[in-house]
Amino acid sequence: MSERALTVLEAGGLTLVEDLGRPGFAALGVSRSGAADRGALIVANRLLGNEDGAAALEVAMGGLALRAESDVLLALTGASAPTTVDGRTAPPQRVLAVAAGSVVRLGVPRWGLRTYVAVAGGLAVPAVLGSRSTDVLSGLGPAPVRAGDVLPVGRASIAMATIDAGPAPPSGPTFMLDAMPGPRRDWFTEEAWRVLFARRYRVTDVGDRVGVRLRGAPLGRSRLTELPSEAVVAGSVQVPPDGQPLIFGPDHPVTGGYPVIAVLTESARDAAGQLRPGQELRFRHHVSPVA
Amino acid sequence: MLIRPSGERAVLVEVDTLAQTHALATALGAASDPRILDVVPAARTVLVVVDTTAHLADVAARVRTLDLTAVEAAPAGDPVRIAVDYDGTDLADVAEATGLTEAEVVARHTAPEYIVDFIGFAPGFGYLSGLDPALHLPRLPTPRPSVPAGSVAIAADRTAVYPRASPGGWRLLGRTDAALFDVTAEPPALLRAGMRVRFEVAG
Repeated sequence: MSERALTVLEAGGLTLVEDLGRPGFAALGVSRSGAADRGALIVANRLLGNEDGAAALEVAMGGLALRAESDVLLALTGASAPTTVDGRTAPPQRVLAVAAGSVVRLGVPRWGLRTYVAVAGGLAVPAVLGSRSTDVLSGLGPAPVRAGDVLPVGRASIAMATIDAGPAPPSGPTFMLDAMPGPRRDWFTEEAWRVLFARRYRVTDVGDRVGVRLRGAPLGRSRLTELPSEAVVAGSVQVPPDGQPLIFGPDHPVTGGYPVIAVLTESARDAAGQLRPGQELRFRHHVSPVA
Repeated sequence: MLIRPSGERAVLVEVDTLAQTHALATALGAASDPRILDVVPAARTVLVVVDTTAHLADVAARVRTLDLTAVEAAPAGDPVRIAVDYDGTDLADVAEATGLTEAEVVARHTAPEYIVDFIGFAPGFGYLSGLDPALHLPRLPTPRPSVPAGSVAIAADRTAVYPRASPGGWRLLGRTDAALFDVTAEPPALLRAGMRVRFEVAG
């Protein structure tokens, strides 16, 4: 069989097609969506000579098994899931040449949550509003990947890979997330602002691409009036009435009804895409670009 | 106008009135600035998202110079007309709670010209203001797990149409066949903040 495609043998916990999302539709109620860890997706695509925004698989907690229907080049980045090709261990953060008929399997990552599996040529599933990303909140984009799916692969570019190895993912017991003052920093007490950067928070079991709830020292408000709904960005740290913060992910609702105390930097937002339940984290104060 | 920070690639612009959010969104839309990826009006704010951090300060400075009083906020032309079959699950209950007949509820819902305050909750879901005060009722105490697509509904001082089947706690007056959100349409959403809307009894 010479069709350029990957056949899904096992879908794992949650496997989605993601690219860099669909900007420009937020005023119509559609969030950008896209890869939760964009940096990891971009590295995978650059390893293969793809455009940065080529669509790839975002695999949460491993468990994916694929069969190549033609000779393909794959690159795996993000969460370091132990990977085998036809049972042989494959090196992480490198290009893998996979022969037609070979089976690639991802185990459970030792670190992080989401592994990106990119293919030279990109996944050629149909685009919706200019993007192949699955938005789990709005339901736009392809359905979650299931066993038996045959994912078409685009024609590989003749471009040279712009890098030949991805960076080693960070590791260590505590994530450090750089955050700057959010739009409603002034709705919180000085004590809350101090506590946010002084204390550790833990990721709860309630988390997905919409948002991740944290547990730790509650953040108190100085203004208790109700906030009229306002638009938020991915990486916003919103504080509901119980004082326990949550971090919005790529499929966040376009508007939120609770004040945002802080917003993650772009790179911290990518790191937050690797948070898994039980992970400990700290916020680190980053100076805002606009006063 | 107050410019609030919202990360490395956005600012949240706070203004004094809803009309100013529409005026600001209109002015930024008309500017067609390629550096601006998204402009998202809400109740008292407009989020402005740019392509790269390097452009944020300059775009924010430009927003500061806009004169909102000089902008025509309401779009020209006729209001969007939405034909409704007033056979909603909650029509009888709304009539009873308001002391009106069902025909009077329909008459009061079709009389005003509504304004799309902003879009939120779901793709294409517009929060419409201008509802007759006689129809102001709280949301249902328990939201329904699924409200059918095209449901025309009311809650508190607003009315709305559900673009797709979704959970919802608004009271259902009727149903429309109008496509509120269609990814193959250009633009994909029928409604946009600042638009005027009228409901009509389907013929």
